[in-house]
Amino acid sequence: MPHLLEVKNLVKKYEKIVAVNGVTFSIESGICFGLLGPNGAGKTTTIEVIEDVISPTSGEIIYRGEPRSAAFRENVGIQFQQTALLSFLTVRETLETFQSLYSNTHHLDELVALCHLKDFQHQYNDKISGGQRQRFMLALALINQPELVFLDEPSTGLDPQARRNLWDVIDQIKNGGKTVILTTHYMEEAQQLCDQVAIMDYGKIIAQGSPDELIKKYSAEITVILPKKAANGAWRELSMKYHEFADRIEINTSDLNACLKELLSKRMDLTDMTVRGSNLENVFLNLTGRQLRE
Amino acid sequence: MKFKRFWTMFLARNREFFRDRAAFGWNFLFPFLIVAGFGVIFGSRAYTVYKIGIFPYESKTVSMENVNLPQNFLSMRHLNFIGFKSAQEGLTKLRHHKIDFLIKIGTQPPQYWISDSSPKGYIVEKIFYSSLVPAENMGLATKKEIEGRQIRYIDWLFPGILAMNMMFSALWGVGYIVVRYRKNGVLKRLKATPLTAFEYLSAQMLSRIFLLMFTLTVVWIGCDLIFSFYIGGSYFDLFLVFLIGSLSLTALGLVLASRGTSEEFTTGILNFISWPMMFLSEVWFSLEGAPNWVKMFAEIFPLTHMLRAVRKIMNDGAGLLDVSMELTVLSLMAVTFLIAGASMFSWNK
Repeated sequence: MPHLLEVKNLVKKYEKIVAVNGVTFSIESGICFGLLGPNGAGKTTTIEVIEDVISPTSGEIIYRGEPRSAAFRENVGIQFQQTALLSFLTVRETLETFQSLYSNTHHLDELVALCHLKDFQHQYNDKISGGQRQRFMLALALINQPELVFLDEPSTGLDPQARRNLWDVIDQIKNGGKTVILTTHYMEEAQQLCDQVAIMDYGKIIAQGSPDELIKKYSAEITVILPKKAANGAWRELSMKYHEFADRIEINTSDLNACLKELLSKRMDLTDMTVRGSNLENVFLNLTGRQLRE
Repeated sequence: MKFKRFWTMFLARNREFFRDRAAFGWNFLFPFLIVAGFGVIFGSRAYTVYKIGIFPYESKTVSMENVNLPQNFLSMRHLNFIGFKSAQEGLTKLRHHKIDFLIKIGTQPPQYWISDSSPKGYIVEKIFYSSLVPAENMGLATKKEIEGRQIRYIDWLFPGILAMNMMFSALWGVGYIVVRYRKNGVLKRLKATPLTAFEYLSAQMLSRIFLLMFTLTVVWIGCDLIFSFYIGGSYFDLFLVFLIGSLSLTALGLVLASRGTSEEFTTGILNFISWPMMFLSEVWFSLEGAPNWVKMFAEIFPLTHMLRAVRKIMNDGAGLLDVSMELTVLSLMAVTFLIAGASMFSWNK
């Protein structure tokens, strides 16, 4: 099956800074592809180059087997991480304005229902809450019934409830057969929404695959999280691999029983201990020695 | 170019203008207030040009009856007499150019002070001396009346104020707004759609020209109801000149809008262009008698040509043929600015 999008050796330099350094990946139609990485990893630059909003220093972007043409913009929907809109327009008027810029468009009432905009569609577009704004931006990205949707940090700044609501909407988009490219630094979001993930750090892709594959390959262990005060300073004597943070230590182990035995033997207080299965956060930690949101 | 996309952007920009009530109101109120202000000031015979201090005098308001100065000096128009209790108070005001001339009363001959660096003081001194010459010696020159219709100062000034308002509105309404849109990401969002730069820029320009002509019409009607301006030529010719003038000014705004993401820098550039244009295009005063290089320099501004054509039509009753040179220059400027603006335009730099 031909790839919907292929990115080959993409490089973007800003004077002395290399924001994207030889990124290569391909995406099949109908999946949700996540670019995961900490702030400053080059995720936004990468997708803005793919979106044709900024030009690459070098590299190739192939859409449906050919270099992008003018029609590319008719086929993609974009939700930027940060953007402003034309002032003094209501949410519905803004949607109508953008609708008029495309040839093939979504029915407005359906879109309003899909993104739950009904209650505030007649308010000015700068007088809505953060969660409403993100859903509205998503609606703008879908106005042209795109086959490829770019979502750049769609849930940043949202409270957990608003984030989950947004994930539901993105799930519906996915189920509608659209291809989604998503950037995020929330591993939970990537795990929940993405079929394929590429982890970026310092402008490069350091790992690629499905979330399950990556976890299996890079972090098959269980994580035991212990507050530092409970560990009583004894963690330095542990025989297991651990990561030390300001308020806690995280121990990675494949044998939980042995781990607990050792902790008890060191007279640590396990009352506030938590145990977590492995996730993409561990993958990133194991690959870079840093946390995603450090 | 797709007309639907152009029309969408045109409507969106117009909506923005009409719904921003503060900016919308100010666009009409500003020229109206200036015209009304000047109408009141220059329409009154009591308009003060020169301020003359008198001491020793107990009150600020001077009564002509109890001042021992030539009566024809005291009764001259456009002189305002202000009383000071002491010489020191009067001299301080003179030193700071708050008054133009200071006289001590009660001495014979009268004593006076002027600031040698003040042109106004120099003129008042000459006026004062002329008032000392006996009336029988004044017959060396004969005053003749201007033939035909006299043009009031407000008739001369009115087109200047309208044109100045158009200039500010065109430069800031296009130049500043587009830079702000580039900075806050609106242009980036639009770039991600099929909208082309040509469609976007032409919509911005035509929307601004429409708004300029709309504002012009409303302000004109409002001011004309109060001041009854004299129009020597035809309204159609005036409209055409204003239209081509606004095209060239808006196109100049487009050049300024073509690049940049710093509102502060753009403000500086806008001021750098608009202030000399305002002063050298004869909005407020004539450049008659100014050095030739100043007059030549003023020719680079579209406002100069627009204003010259408007005044010819309005004040002198000229037709389109009489202002063909100005119209040609304005059109050429508009085309040049359009090409420059469109070729330099960037969505995000």
